[in-house]
Amino acid sequence: MADEQKPGGSEAPPPGKGEAAEQPKKPAADAAAKPAPPKPAAPAAPKPPPVMAATPWESDLARELKERFGDLVRETSTYLGQNFVVVKPEAAIPVLEYLKLDGDFDYLVDVTAVDWPKRAERFDLVYIVYSFSRNERMRVKTFIADGFRPETAVGVHLTANWLEREVFDMFGIEFAGHPDMRRILLPEEWQGYPLRKDYSIIQQDQAWVQANLNIESGQ
Amino acid sequence: MPDSTFLDSTELVLNMGPQHPSTHGVLRVILKLDGEKVLGTECVIGYLHRGVEKIAENRTYAQFNPYVDRMDYVAAVSNGLGYCLAIEKLLNVEAPPRAQAVRVILTELNRIASHLLWLGTHALDIGAITPVFYCLREREEALKIFEKYCGARLTTHAFRIGGLLYETYDGFEQEVRTFCDMFLPKVDEYEELLTNNRIWVGRLKNVGILNADECKEYGVTGPVLRASGVKWDLRKAQPYSGYEKYDFEIPTRRNGDTYDRYMVRMEEMRQAVRIMRQAVDGLPEGAIMGKVGKVIKPAMGEAYVSIEAPKGELGYYVVSDNSTQPYRVRVRPPSFVNLQALDRMVRGGLVADVVAVIGTLDIVLGEIDR
Repeated sequence: MADEQKPGGSEAPPPGKGEAAEQPKKPAADAAAKPAPPKPAAPAAPKPPPVMAATPWESDLARELKERFGDLVRETSTYLGQNFVVVKPEAAIPVLEYLKLDGDFDYLVDVTAVDWPKRAERFDLVYIVYSFSRNERMRVKTFIADGFRPETAVGVHLTANWLEREVFDMFGIEFAGHPDMRRILLPEEWQGYPLRKDYSIIQQDQAWVQANLNIESGQ
Repeated sequence: MPDSTFLDSTELVLNMGPQHPSTHGVLRVILKLDGEKVLGTECVIGYLHRGVEKIAENRTYAQFNPYVDRMDYVAAVSNGLGYCLAIEKLLNVEAPPRAQAVRVILTELNRIASHLLWLGTHALDIGAITPVFYCLREREEALKIFEKYCGARLTTHAFRIGGLLYETYDGFEQEVRTFCDMFLPKVDEYEELLTNNRIWVGRLKNVGILNADECKEYGVTGPVLRASGVKWDLRKAQPYSGYEKYDFEIPTRRNGDTYDRYMVRMEEMRQAVRIMRQAVDGLPEGAIMGKVGKVIKPAMGEAYVSIEAPKGELGYYVVSDNSTQPYRVRVRPPSFVNLQALDRMVRGGLVADVVAVIGTLDIVLGEIDR
């Protein structure tokens, strides 16, 4: 319960490196936690919150991004050989644009989100970009709060149109300046956003089901 | 869009689908027409939405494996390969060489099966009835190999995280070789029926053109991208499952029209045979399962792994919270992204060409709606 789920070792910026080095020693932490099962609150404290064991990403591109955007770039890391940058929400689109024009990352592979309900900045917004000329892939991540309206990427990559509509459909993240911000897979009148963690797997919009399908319930 | 044209004809809105045979499933396209000319389109999708990504969060890693077959159900083996590779990446394990080679053989066989279904139905849409019978006849042979290998023809669930569950059956190699020998002349046969056929050429040439820059803008991948001249295939660009060991070509064309996409896929079938032959000849002995525990529980982290599915780049973005169930599985479906370019391809063209373009995009609605 105390495990504040944090991907990318995000909130506390520089110590992420130190934590990353300690992370693989999980068995030790588990062993320490075991001897005191009757007290449920106690073992939670010594156990560090699980974070992704990402290491800093050293490359020209990472340096360029940091120089160009300064504090707006929170983290440049690599995990399992895959590079990603974490940027502040307002920098996401400028970074994508910079990557496209100066870094040749001309193909937006995917836009998606991850819901971490316990975190203050509830959603990860993830852009995956690829460069044909470099044959390189990277992710641009940003953390946004519920209700925050991130800027649309349609101005940079046309393909973001449907991908952002799907993010809106599933998570309820509304993109500012999007030309056509409607649901894409679910019916337009549907209530709720299914890929949020507080939406149960058997949950449905019963009113919609009854009104449109002429059945009592979809279950 | 002009309010009125020279003859003062009014704009006509035509609903195509979702129950239209040439939409290959339950795609609904709202067409705005001026006579025969397409002024604009709007795709309405989601009729097959089953919440696959939500299901993933409520199953264990292994339990979710069969579900991915139900996305692109004509290329189930590719879906399974992508998912297994993604979880293997998170676990930092690799399938043993024999498992990798068998995976390549079955995936390429599946590519052929998928392309055959595309060719048959695409030709049927255009009005050529004969090819579909020939294509389904050969596809049957491929499906028989799947059935013998894992008991299912369509939703195969052929691979497991870490390798394979089943060893190949007796005579597997021989049957694959027989298929290859039988199949190559058949591709020539299809080409004889279609490639220089005047009606075929007339219906496909210069229809639904998408150039290389537009493809990149729209994120279009697979044969559609290669038909516009971009020599890019994930099997070469970022090889997985041992594809770097095989010698094969990436077919490309230059115009990016419907005809070129047809030519690219025809050549891809020949190259698939070439890969299968090499894989079956060099099939190594040994284990078929990597070191994966009974309980799959990757460390906290995330990975994006993509493969060259028959339709384009199929990606899985998986986030693990160090539990037995994935925290998030995002599927990057090639059909969904490719379909977005439909409007660009048919705008200004004729209404009959919409059918040709939908056919040539080779979409599968199970994958678009998930």
